[in-house]
Amino acid sequence: MPVGAASQSQIQSLLQPHGTMQGYDPGAYFCEMLRPGQPTHPTLTLLMSRLAALPIASLRQRAADAETDLLERGITFTVYSDATAIDRILPFDLIPRVITPAEWRQIETGVTQRVRALNMFLQDVYHERKILKDKIVPAELVLKNAGYCEAMVGFKVPFDTYVHVCGTDIVRDETGEFRVLEDNARTPSGVAYVVENRHMSLRVMSDLMTGLRVRSVDEYGLRLHNAMAEIAPTTVSDPQVVVLSPGIFNSAYFEHVFLAREMGVPLVEGRDLTVEGGKVWMRTTAGLAAVHTIYRRISDDFLDPDAFNPESTLGVAGLIEAWRKGAVAIANAVGTGVADDKAIYAYMPRIIRYYLSEEPILKNVDTRICGEADALAYTLDHLAELVVKPVAESGGYGLLIGPHASKQELENFRVLLKADPSNYISQPTLKLSVSPTLCDEGVRPRHVDLRPFAVTGKDTWVLPGGLTRVALKAGTLVVNSSQGGGSKDTWVLA
Amino acid sequence: MNAIPKRHVVHLIARHAESTLWLARYVERIENLARILDVTNTFARDADDTRNWLSVPRINGDLEEFNKRHEVATQRSVGSFYLLDTTNTTSVQSFIIAARENARMLRALISTEMWLQLNVFYGWIRALDAEHTSPEHFTATCNMLKDGAQLHTGITEGTFYRDQAWHFYMIGRYLERADQTTRLLDTRFHSLVPQPEVGDGIDAGQWNALLRAAAGYHAYRREHPDGYNPQEVACFLLANRAFPRSVGLNLGRIERHLSQLRTTYGLRGMSGALERLDQLTGTMTYQNVTELASRDLSPFLDYVQREIGALHQDIVETFAG
Repeated sequence: MPVGAASQSQIQSLLQPHGTMQGYDPGAYFCEMLRPGQPTHPTLTLLMSRLAALPIASLRQRAADAETDLLERGITFTVYSDATAIDRILPFDLIPRVITPAEWRQIETGVTQRVRALNMFLQDVYHERKILKDKIVPAELVLKNAGYCEAMVGFKVPFDTYVHVCGTDIVRDETGEFRVLEDNARTPSGVAYVVENRHMSLRVMSDLMTGLRVRSVDEYGLRLHNAMAEIAPTTVSDPQVVVLSPGIFNSAYFEHVFLAREMGVPLVEGRDLTVEGGKVWMRTTAGLAAVHTIYRRISDDFLDPDAFNPESTLGVAGLIEAWRKGAVAIANAVGTGVADDKAIYAYMPRIIRYYLSEEPILKNVDTRICGEADALAYTLDHLAELVVKPVAESGGYGLLIGPHASKQELENFRVLLKADPSNYISQPTLKLSVSPTLCDEGVRPRHVDLRPFAVTGKDTWVLPGGLTRVALKAGTLVVNSSQGGGSKDTWVLA
Repeated sequence: MNAIPKRHVVHLIARHAESTLWLARYVERIENLARILDVTNTFARDADDTRNWLSVPRINGDLEEFNKRHEVATQRSVGSFYLLDTTNTTSVQSFIIAARENARMLRALISTEMWLQLNVFYGWIRALDAEHTSPEHFTATCNMLKDGAQLHTGITEGTFYRDQAWHFYMIGRYLERADQTTRLLDTRFHSLVPQPEVGDGIDAGQWNALLRAAAGYHAYRREHPDGYNPQEVACFLLANRAFPRSVGLNLGRIERHLSQLRTTYGLRGMSGALERLDQLTGTMTYQNVTELASRDLSPFLDYVQREIGALHQDIVETFAG
């Protein structure tokens, strides 16, 4: 339900008793806390009254404690410049983002459906290519895609699972509708923050959490390990899983540590592994020990200098060959980038319908494929309101943001678009939902997104929580940590 | 017999074994260096101030590097060289950077409390400035450094799971202690032994300083209330099996941990290291040390230092090579 004049007064009445949230006004955006037009949830109401009773000074003190704590714990990513290495934290906003059970059911089933479709798509693309023959997705979009991997053709992976860990980026529009923004099907990161943010909430907001039924996020390591064990070669009864990291200089190193620790398995680098006699081994104090599943946090290109980038020193020579012979499992599989590509994204609703004969549970952001006549006509008619993106490999180049473009730019783009319509997709400009966030001027609405994490071995399990990223600067939609983004704990209510 | 139930074999990555060894050594170095600086500061009270401060780079084998950077050895220059200078590989700055880097590699293996404390300690050391080396703050700075290192040691004792990695960690700690004590004795002992032809007797203050620098002053007094005898000091630091920093005690501990790695974890190929260790330990007797100390201890101490270095190499090459 859109936020009209009627629901504005409803918001104001909700805000009145809440001292800490005085001056908070989400305006036309959907607010994750006040959620106009949605049924109330008792936990949410209780949380709001507790938050309101908390003096703003107390919130600020807790926020400062949390920041110190993150730095001391080294829950940081390292930014390297010429001679210095600076440890930065992902700023933590202590007001949680809450997801009700009904909302979570939609996200959970929607993500599961999407992961299933992604895996079926990959299986098809690397085998029969029915979807290309049936012209649901243009063949050249797939076969000439940078993420497409020839070495995967005809290679069967356990349970036909390619995307073992998926981090689906979801936003919410002004009507409160969840929409998928991106499928991260390669090596999505951020899950360590999901768990660490929860621990932080438990430390600094324990009084606020008391008695609230928030679903636990502690199971991730166990579930991930079980999935990794499921996909290991079936000849092994007690498979050895490892986490493969590029090393301590990688900006996501903390997460690699987290994953190894939570799974209880060694954290290795390429130099710790070797392929001998067709098998993969790790160098231990007792000599070579067999490795059966590699959860790798190294991109495809660097995984194996024999198969891909010969310059790579991060990978393991011969690894892909050993994988193809079934000696080891690799998660995520190589070549999944073809499925989470911007160009393929536009086709995801059709891909879901094609393989599953189901409607997508989670919508895409309305995306028009300009190669199609209706879509082109609509796009040309609404050019000033839309974002138009080229789908060619060199993504990002030649992007038009309608509302920010001059008349001349619009006219120039119109010519380009007409000349090669199939090279473009168009989307409305996003009005991301907001969540109350502690800012200098008080608690204020800031835009958020959500990245839930799905783990798939034989079946898919979705961690009940997710990484909520928040754009800390007023007005900005950019939630990326490199551009002033922070994160929040995400509470899925039981 | 087995302290750890064998549900499945838990492997230790060879590179991690080496990192644990280094982690322990670097933290131990911080403690030792801080103690030496503190003792030097407190006991550098005679007229010739320069000579005493120079003893610190001498102990650490840093004379050449020190002289490149500083003209005279004073509290300021030595303090700056060892407490602040990141280009000096033997400063506490370099030690904590190396310790933390090893800890980062081991972060999935060591306890979170170990990591947390070391990370905070790192932040504190990295923020040291000239103010901390000033006369008003020098002792306090040294004490904070010792405290930080000892806190690490205590947290490790209480939280580090005692599987393979812990044994390697302990070997690193004991190698470093044996090495430090040998070094200390080597640089100070000779100059302190009264020369018969000069005959100026025992300089008790200097012997005190030596023992304090090894954290053994009170224990030594208890064992030898009647005063100083060079042979007895040498025996105390080398052969005594009750003094935590004696070379003999530390070699014995290394032997114990190596044996446990062999029996509990089935690690092979350490006969070279054990043999070297056995020979070295054999020399750490009261009789042998007394005899050597009555003549010239230097060649022996050189030999001990070489062997400790070689032992580290043996272990690294056997398990982490």
